[in-house]
Amino acid sequence: MKTAISYPTVGAMGKTGTWRVFRPSLDREKCIKCWRCWIFCPDSAISRDEYPVIDYEYCKGCGVCANECPVNAIEMGREEK
Amino acid sequence: MNIKDLPEEDYFTSGHTACAGCPAPAIVRNMMKIFGKDTIVYTPANCLLVFSGTYPYLAWKVPYLHEAFENTGSCISGVARAYKKIGKKALVVGIAGDGGTYDIGIQALSGAAERDEDVIYVCYDNEAYMNTGIQRSGSTPYGASTTTTPAGKKIPGKLRHKKDMAEIMRAHEIPYMATLSISHPKDFLNKVEKAKNVKGFRYLHVFSPCPTGWRFDPSKSVEIARKAVQSGMWTLYEAEYGEITGIYKPKKKIPVEEYIKGQGRFRHLTPEMIEELQRWVDRKWKRLYGEEP
Repeated sequence: MKTAISYPTVGAMGKTGTWRVFRPSLDREKCIKCWRCWIFCPDSAISRDEYPVIDYEYCKGCGVCANECPVNAIEMGREEK
Repeated sequence: MNIKDLPEEDYFTSGHTACAGCPAPAIVRNMMKIFGKDTIVYTPANCLLVFSGTYPYLAWKVPYLHEAFENTGSCISGVARAYKKIGKKALVVGIAGDGGTYDIGIQALSGAAERDEDVIYVCYDNEAYMNTGIQRSGSTPYGASTTTTPAGKKIPGKLRHKKDMAEIMRAHEIPYMATLSISHPKDFLNKVEKAKNVKGFRYLHVFSPCPTGWRFDPSKSVEIARKAVQSGMWTLYEAEYGEITGIYKPKKKIPVEEYIKGQGRFRHLTPEMIEELQRWVDRKWKRLYGEEP
């Protein structure tokens, strides 16, 4: 009997960035590096470098990061295709 | 543990299909960062299973299995005992939704807690059966409109109050239990870390607002979780062997009316119904804090 096993793959269910309607953009001048956006991002789309880096391939544009940023360094703009 | 000290390594990847703004992936991701790679995750039927582990796709980088809805408690007990038998060290975690904890899985959960199995049980509470289409559960609060308690001429939403599952688990006198909310990250991480290091049955109850089921703007999910804590709809506390060892008291208590604002499921509430909900919160407040709100 063969057991059904699946293996982890990043984005196996597709690039969820295509869902996005609003696009977050970071203002580095304002960022205080509290990493709240990093911890709250549901899509693991923000990674830690010198500043937060947003991965637009997977960001669904939910806007939690912009809403939770204490200094309003993240702005949501309409996605242009 | 501070936010900055949290490891970078992720065991839950991007590309899962949770609704935009759903805090459940953030909850499990941050938990997994602390639990580490020697973890085995079990989930029964819930949203988490559907968006992260429908065959042949998988978002988990740790061994992951799923079984029927009602047996989270028994499955994780079995896995933990099997690992003990073969002499391997692993952290066994079961992550169930509120339906799988409050209603369908309570018997297996209660049994596992009573036997004091060496596992962690996580309940992420989004206050209805969201995965199958927003049906009421034992966790749905008073007045909330769901597809099985639709607000209309016959009934004004759910007629019964939310069951206090965390208190039921505290009554089991397990080594560690805690209620968490993603809106308070430091408290969240500390409790998860503490749970990891305790031996025996551990129960973590996480509040998880659902943008789709509660009908609010996706960007507000963490804000609503915070308001739930501030209003007393959700209380953050931890207990060891049935004794409350720590309880978070919001600096300023906000009225329930402010919490339900912006949530479509509460849109139809009349002032009398809001008062009834406030009375429930005040009763809970008095019971847990031992003082008048």
